[in-house]
Amino acid sequence: MALYSETVMDHFRHPRNVGIIENPDGVGEVGNPICGDIMKIYLKIENDVIVDAKFETFGCGSAIASSSMATELIKGRPVSEAMELTNKAVAEALGGLPAHKLHCSVLAEEGIRSALLDYHKRYNLPYDEEKFALLHHDEEDFSDEA
Amino acid sequence: MIYADNAATTKPSQKVIEAMVACLSEDYGNPSSVYTLGQRAAELLQNARERVAKNLGCDPSEITFTSGGSEADNQAIRTAAFLGAQKGKKHLISTPFEHHAVLHTLNKLEREGFEVTYLDVHENGLVTAEQVAQAIRPDTALVSIMFANNEIGTIQPVGEIGAVCREKGVLFHCDSVQAIGHVPVNVYDLKIDFLALSAHKFHGPKGVGVLYTKKGIRLQNLIEGGAQERGKRAGTENVPGIVGMAVAMDDAIANLDKQATYVAPLRDKLIDGLSKIPHSILNGDRTQRLPGNVNFCFEGIEGESLLLLLDNEGICASSGSACTSGSLDPSHVLLSIGRPPEIAHGSLRLTISEDTTHEEVDTLIKAVTEAVEYLRSISPVWRNLQEGKQDFIIQ
Repeated sequence: MALYSETVMDHFRHPRNVGIIENPDGVGEVGNPICGDIMKIYLKIENDVIVDAKFETFGCGSAIASSSMATELIKGRPVSEAMELTNKAVAEALGGLPAHKLHCSVLAEEGIRSALLDYHKRYNLPYDEEKFALLHHDEEDFSDEA
Repeated sequence: MIYADNAATTKPSQKVIEAMVACLSEDYGNPSSVYTLGQRAAELLQNARERVAKNLGCDPSEITFTSGGSEADNQAIRTAAFLGAQKGKKHLISTPFEHHAVLHTLNKLEREGFEVTYLDVHENGLVTAEQVAQAIRPDTALVSIMFANNEIGTIQPVGEIGAVCREKGVLFHCDSVQAIGHVPVNVYDLKIDFLALSAHKFHGPKGVGVLYTKKGIRLQNLIEGGAQERGKRAGTENVPGIVGMAVAMDDAIANLDKQATYVAPLRDKLIDGLSKIPHSILNGDRTQRLPGNVNFCFEGIEGESLLLLLDNEGICASSGSACTSGSLDPSHVLLSIGRPPEIAHGSLRLTISEDTTHEEVDTLIKAVTEAVEYLRSISPVWRNLQEGKQDFIIQ
């Protein structure tokens, strides 16, 4: 059995939205080099819609694929919808991740959330702090491993 | 495909496969049986034992066949600990970068009341006999130091360590899994009391290994049962595996000069090529290392993604990143030589063999250089380093 699903390998080999955005409206950086994962998310937002999203990632294959998928999932979406992106949605869209790699999808969710928080702060937009609380996620329900 | 992970396992030679198939299809008797078919298997077993013993420079009675290196390491350490404890000696000496078969056994003994001194392996991945001499105490039961490190390939001064241990009357176990078939090893000359080896590291089969135990040491069982292996290792012998191992070992030892004259220069070519990658560093001493071992850290990238990219190019390699270990921590070996975690995550081990060609090494250099370059181009860490927002650790 392959380590990763075909979708993960596709997003790893051909990552979408890799790079940076000049003059972004929101930037989020999450992770820790000591743990071996860092994701940086850039957002371009017009009229409350995410018109562009880019990422840079230092990490394993699933971290790169998770960043790629997460940016795909929010591009063209209103900010309110992007706020609802969950790590579960990222992992599912990738066709599942091995149990010990689920934290990569959590990191992607947190990266998007962190960039959105930065957007709200930059433009002095009101926001619900609770929505940005980096919650502990239940990492057990959507593993592709029994 | 380019197979550059020979420290993980090696390709069994055709000769080994043929010998094993013959054993499985024709000489399938149980060596403990009295009839001719059984005794034929017993002869094969004895013949293999004699050949292995000759290759190690010991007596056939000092050879115990095991399921591999891990079992041999466990049995050697458990035996020495048991014998030591009987005399009130509960101190052990080792290094922090041993294989987990050794480290986890030592950890267990620590929980059972033993004290372990772990010697500093320094940035070059080497210990000295002086360090061993200084660490030995009246209550030291065992010194367990590996011949060659499985990740960074550094070769310890085993003969000097053996001499110190023998002089001080302390048992010396040498996990030689990575060394056998790659560098000359003679247990008598090197004054080794226990030695572990594994067949699949020198083109033999998996699941079979050897524990050499110097005559006079009362080996303790890990597995109780029948009287196989002089009653010291129960279970019907893995005759095809043992026969395959003997064939592989004879070949490996007969071709040792090729390791020095062909593999080592090829390794140096690979090291020189990868050294040209900016902000990269070789792990382990440049000269005191296994002929086929190359291990680098590349700043700003993570090792697992590097392995996946290389796999795309048909290259089999290995890394000490946490993501490849199944734990959150990067390689204990790289941490023990002082590499910070963020650097250890970006490590790559390439282990070549006598089957590796010059063309393959050229391809490896090109593929690794390109993969590192690409991963850096999408790495926020690399951007920060480039823009001077953080300092390079590897110059």
